Amino acid sequence: MASATSNPYTDDVSLLIVLMDTNPYFWGAMNGAAAFSQFLNQVLPFLNSILLLNQLNQLVVIATGVNSCDYLYDSSRVGHESEKRSTKGIPGHSLEILQKLEDFIAKDQQLSNSDEAPGKICSLLSGSLSLALCYIQRILRTGPVHPQPRILCLQASPDGSEQYVAIMNAIFSAQRSMVPIDSCVVGSEDSAFLQQASYITGGVYQKPQHLDGLFQCLSMVFATDLHSRRFLKLPTPTGVDFRASCFCHKEPIGMGYVCSVCLSIFCKYHTKCSTCGPTKQVPPRGYSFSFTYGMAKWSRLCLRPFKFFLRCLVCGFPRRGMDLRIFVPPHTISLRVTSNLCSAKI
Amino acid sequence: MEPPVVTMRAKYKASGPKDPGVAGVLTMRDDSFIFRPNDPSSSVKLDVSFRCIKGHKFSKEGSKQALLNLTQDKGGGYMFEFANFKDRDVCRDLVVCIFDNWTGRVLGRLQCLPPSDQSAQVVPAQPTTQHDNQLSMAEMEQRMNLLREDSELQKLHRQLVIGGVLTETEFWATRKNLLDDAAHKASKQRAGFKSAMLADVRPLTDGRTNKVTFSLTPEIIHQIFAEKPAVHQAFLKFVPSKMSERDFWTKYCRAEYLHRTKNSVAAAAEAAEDEELAVFLKHDDILASEARRKIRRVDPTVDMAADLGDDYSHLPGHGILRDGSKESVDSESELPKRTLLQDLNRHAAVVLEGRTLDVELGDTRTVAEALARSKQAEVATETSDETENQKRLERVSQMTEIEDLQAPRSLPYAPLCIKDPREYFDSQRANAFKATGDTGSGVNKDCCHLSTKQAYESLRAQILEVKSVGFKDPIVIPDLALKVLNDVNQQLSSTDPQLGKNPQATVLDMLPHRTKEELLQHWTSIQELLRHFWSSYPLTTTFLHAKVNRVKDAMAQIYRKLPEVKESVQSEFRHQVSLLVKPMLQVLDEAFKHYDAEMQKRSTKTSEGRNGIL
Repeated sequence: MASATSNPYTDDVSLLIVLMDTNPYFWGAMNGAAAFSQFLNQVLPFLNSILLLNQLNQLVVIATGVNSCDYLYDSSRVGHESEKRSTKGIPGHSLEILQKLEDFIAKDQQLSNSDEAPGKICSLLSGSLSLALCYIQRILRTGPVHPQPRILCLQASPDGSEQYVAIMNAIFSAQRSMVPIDSCVVGSEDSAFLQQASYITGGVYQKPQHLDGLFQCLSMVFATDLHSRRFLKLPTPTGVDFRASCFCHKEPIGMGYVCSVCLSIFCKYHTKCSTCGPTKQVPPRGYSFSFTYGMAKWSRLCLRPFKFFLRCLVCGFPRRGMDLRIFVPPHTISLRVTSNLCSAKI
Repeated sequence: MEPPVVTMRAKYKASGPKDPGVAGVLTMRDDSFIFRPNDPSSSVKLDVSFRCIKGHKFSKEGSKQALLNLTQDKGGGYMFEFANFKDRDVCRDLVVCIFDNWTGRVLGRLQCLPPSDQSAQVVPAQPTTQHDNQLSMAEMEQRMNLLREDSELQKLHRQLVIGGVLTETEFWATRKNLLDDAAHKASKQRAGFKSAMLADVRPLTDGRTNKVTFSLTPEIIHQIFAEKPAVHQAFLKFVPSKMSERDFWTKYCRAEYLHRTKNSVAAAAEAAEDEELAVFLKHDDILASEARRKIRRVDPTVDMAADLGDDYSHLPGHGILRDGSKESVDSESELPKRTLLQDLNRHAAVVLEGRTLDVELGDTRTVAEALARSKQAEVATETSDETENQKRLERVSQMTEIEDLQAPRSLPYAPLCIKDPREYFDSQRANAFKATGDTGSGVNKDCCHLSTKQAYESLRAQILEVKSVGFKDPIVIPDLALKVLNDVNQQLSSTDPQLGKNPQATVLDMLPHRTKEELLQHWTSIQELLRHFWSSYPLTTTFLHAKVNRVKDAMAQIYRKLPEVKESVQSEFRHQVSLLVKPMLQVLDEAFKHYDAEMQKRSTKTSEGRNGIL
């Protein structure tokens, strides 16, 4: 362990990665004009205050667009000429962020398809989460001496159900790297994905009531570093919706069907699993998958197997999927596949 | 289920098959059997508990008498003759059934299994189960231990298995990993010998009465036999043929005493008189031959490449000096004195290494350099210290493996990671808020009516506005900031658990202890029952039908108990409890719905079938 003199990073130095939602459809549709400028007015001073809290704090801003995501600002890069510039009370790096934001939105617009009037367009939260996690991994691998990373999601648009799998994967990898994901939802609805993310990774989830007071909320709740959170009382989520979504329609379901090979969840019976395709391989006996996937209440799962060949866990004979019973205990996905005869003994 | 009772006419034969027997009525219950003779004046009345009965024997089909002998472990037994083999078989099956339940009695409830066709031979049939899996004593012990350790499991077991809802095998089938773990823990290490030299028995001497007392415990005797094979052999040879054990040990102790007092003359005299004593006083030939045998097997190629003694210069006090004088203890002199031994050994080592140079012994300088080079090459080719160390450690660890201390070789599977259900209680309440079927991404009120271009344009415009106008001053209106501050504070400090509080404490801790225990117990039993319920479908056999019925009845019972729990709590907690109970009720409702649907389907099928036949 580095001694106090050699390790410049004390406990309260943090690396904060802010994922800013720049979904134009949402911000355009918000009641009250100039919502985005109001939002920027609150968020940019907050970012400054983060850098003021500790000299060694690092800040990274990632924009979550509709078609792409990109880094907007990285405080650890050397050579900021913009720090010298400051106009009209806006510090240099905020100007830099704004400039980069403009460029990003132009690029994002180019990537979008021809004008369609979309009903509900969601931001690429999974993309920006992945970018953030990659950055954090890079930092973590520089050595044992680094600031403590955490992610703050400023989410405005609603959840995109097609990103369910990718977001869950990102959440689990954040949990694995012990990176808390804080969520500040400024949209109209609670975000189930971010609730789960904050719950699983140990972050804070907050849905502020007033956009005008966003700065106050951010600096009260989200500015605290990880060390101080041990003795500060922060809001906890009221209740998390742990239901998983089906892979075909991306709707949250309570009862569903599970592919016995890859554990994809479907709401209707499919002859062919869209994830792994029809296989006739016989996996080795004695397998047991054990992980909590969305921690849904699997006690409600209906048990219908697919037409795959699997070995019965009891007698060891390979049997066609239709002859097998898949038994799923609650709270995990762990399948015990037995033939109909053997399952009478269970 | 009613415990089975069998009443049969039988004749009690007290002394064996030849005995004409006392006619009477034999009544067998689940824990005892009663025999009452027909003749009220007869004194033969039996009322025996099955605890005393250890086994049973029966005669072959087709032999002259249909006999059933209930044997006791002391050797005696109760023999009954029946009128025909059928009666005898009924009784015999009941006895077998009862024995099954005796072994399972501690763990389970009485279940009478369907009688199987045992091949009727005159074989002492040990009480066995009719299932495929034999309930060995060891496994039963494990189960009992597990139940004793885990009180929750015990409660569940008591409720479900002893309550008759599930069978033993069903209960334990899904908990095989627990039993395996218990089995591994149960395998104990063998206790080794004590480090103290027990074989070196010290007597107690009493100066006043001049008595010497040796006390030998079985442990000491065991060690003596292990350490002194001659004594062991003598014991086997002499006892009990030539002398009793006590005499043997007396002689041995006498020999030990003589040896200890180093009284060689007396020892020789006694040895001459008593040949058995002589055995104890002689050298242990067996040990000697064993040692010789081991020496023959020592690996002669052990390379004692070096030992501490090679560092001659730092070991004082060895050997004589070169000039023949003995080394004086002269520690004041700084310069170490070389001894003859050092020089000799060094010379011998070099000679054994061999000549490494091919250079002509002419020029001194070239010789010195060549020698230096060869030494360097030698050092370079030597493998590094670390790898040598590593190899050595590996060899050492292989040699010193102790089987007792090895961890059990676990099977190549990853065990199930089932999260603690208590964690989900808070989240369950949130789900209770939402109606089933409500989706997270529901109706989006903020449908965007702008086209793509418009949306982006407006965004860009707003960014430009911020750039040009700059930040607002103040950033937040003080009143609004105060409002937000107060709101968040209220949220944090509110005692209502649903509005954010210390994440460690759950809602359960707020409830009274008894309610909490009840709720958790109901929840675990619901889980277990649901597991069995859902795995039984589709119903293919009558066994499954019966099982599902039993499980459903148990679930209905719990369903009725849940509102009572709610009522029993004080009013301030009632809301919380109802939120906790609601998902349990929902889950049970689902199960009941499914059950009813299946019943209906089946009844329509059967009615259709009947119509079809008609």
